[in-house]
Amino acid sequence: MWKWLHPYAKTERAYQLCSTLQPWFWVGAFVCLSIGTVWGLAFAPQDYQQGDSFRIIYIHVPSAILSMGTYVAMAIAALVGMVWQWRTAYMSMIAMAPIGAVMTFIALFTGAAWGKPMWGAWWVWDARLTSELILLFLYMGVIALYGAFEDKQQAGKAAGVMALVGVVNIPIIHYSVEWWNTLHQGATISKFDNPSIAPEMLWPLLINLLGFAFFIGAVTTVRLRNEIVLREVHRPWVQVLATKQVSKQQSGDAINASVKEGS
Amino acid sequence: MSLYQGVFKRDMHIAFKQKAELVQPLMFLLMVVTLFPLGVSPSPDTLQRIGPGVIWIAAILSSLMAMERLFRDDFQDGSLEQYVLSGMPLSAVSAVKVAAHWLVSFVPLLLLSPLLAMFLNLTVDMYIALVLTLLLGTPLLSFIGAIAVGLTVGLQKGGVLLALLLIPVFIPLLIFATSAVDSAALQLPYHAQLAIIAAMLLLAAALAPFAIAYSLKVSQN
Amino acid sequence: MQFESFTEFLNMGGYAFYVWLSFGVTFVAMAMIAIQSFIKHRNLMKQVVVEQERKARIKKARLQQQDSM
Repeated sequence: MWKWLHPYAKTERAYQLCSTLQPWFWVGAFVCLSIGTVWGLAFAPQDYQQGDSFRIIYIHVPSAILSMGTYVAMAIAALVGMVWQWRTAYMSMIAMAPIGAVMTFIALFTGAAWGKPMWGAWWVWDARLTSELILLFLYMGVIALYGAFEDKQQAGKAAGVMALVGVVNIPIIHYSVEWWNTLHQGATISKFDNPSIAPEMLWPLLINLLGFAFFIGAVTTVRLRNEIVLREVHRPWVQVLATKQVSKQQSGDAINASVKEGS
Repeated sequence: MSLYQGVFKRDMHIAFKQKAELVQPLMFLLMVVTLFPLGVSPSPDTLQRIGPGVIWIAAILSSLMAMERLFRDDFQDGSLEQYVLSGMPLSAVSAVKVAAHWLVSFVPLLLLSPLLAMFLNLTVDMYIALVLTLLLGTPLLSFIGAIAVGLTVGLQKGGVLLALLLIPVFIPLLIFATSAVDSAALQLPYHAQLAIIAAMLLLAAALAPFAIAYSLKVSQN
Repeated sequence: MQFESFTEFLNMGGYAFYVWLSFGVTFVAMAMIAIQSFIKHRNLMKQVVVEQERKARIKKARLQQQDSM
């Protein structure tokens, strides 16, 4: 069933896939985030309890969902790398890690900015907040461990082990911290057939969720290409690609310079 | 069987030769616990309130120090490579080493615990709960910690990185252990917390040796 | 439109600071990681070319040395 994925174990094919997907992801991100944000900020109705501050939901919920989603994707990549020995799997894992960490930071920050007017506190130690903070630590741990190794193949394996140990941890943390009182409200989009949120508020939320997902995909393709080039620096196809790109850029710069001088 | 006995005996023998390395984490533990009455408040009520958390946090921090010892000497003198290359299943060797390490590192902690409980004004009920959580929880620290130690054993400055990797993973254990002792303080049952810690321990005991073996192979490259 | 005027929109029902802080920091964080990724890409490509040229120069120098000997 997964045979169609097999060519992407090779770095050259993976690079080409990234190059093909990248423009679509950027366009998708830009379109969805624009629509979702404008709709959410200006057109969605006010919350009867929270007023206009609730509009932060249009960033907070998507980033929180995707912060966990990216971590799971990282763990899957680590597993693929470990079981099938794909280098591109480990490269994808480390390509996703920084953007996942940024999403986690955004979720924490917007949560705090929303919590201050609503609950009167920037931070409380309840289930959701604590789990999300620990998720940030897990991301930082994976990135730090990868960076500590000279040999990047070894680094991928080591960081992969920690990513997998961490993914086991996430449901444990979330479940265990529910022994404490929880101030954070329940999940907004837990039941697909009967959401507790009005449709005029739900749609911009879903569009932004898609938009953030496209954004994560776009940044991941850029970073995956970087990782591939870094590791495959001696391969002829990389050198051909680099020469073409740099000369295109240089001729572009030359044209700009001559236009400036001409005018 | 005698092969594993050999590994066990060797580890114990080496550990007792380096007594300073055994004593230092304990001294660290004692001093960290002492900092809290001095830095926070010596009021008995406050100490009783924060006591379980303080002891567990100090235990985690001092175990991070002691854990590096697990594979470092063997890595440096080449015996780790010998273990990897020998026919012995590395997972079993790892399990034996972790067991030896636990005996040497955590049993002294258990012996020191009455003193710590007295310093922090814990009641007898709380102390019993504390000992149970330590008995079930410290092997869990050893097993999971060994995975990360295996990964970082070849690195120059693995120490702080080890802490960064392990502290998030130890947080559930910390939460359940302190919850158990807090429940004991309120005369409430705490079987549930102990059961969950025991479940995590069993899971770790079953799976961690394989993860540790994989980590060691990654470090050996 | 939920707001009567642009000033009202900016004011966000009194929650202006929190809402615009959130959206602002989010936008900045996303921009930063995207820009950093692109800059790294450009620098990497330049570095590959520089390395290539360096290797070509070394090879040429070695050949010249062999010829002269």
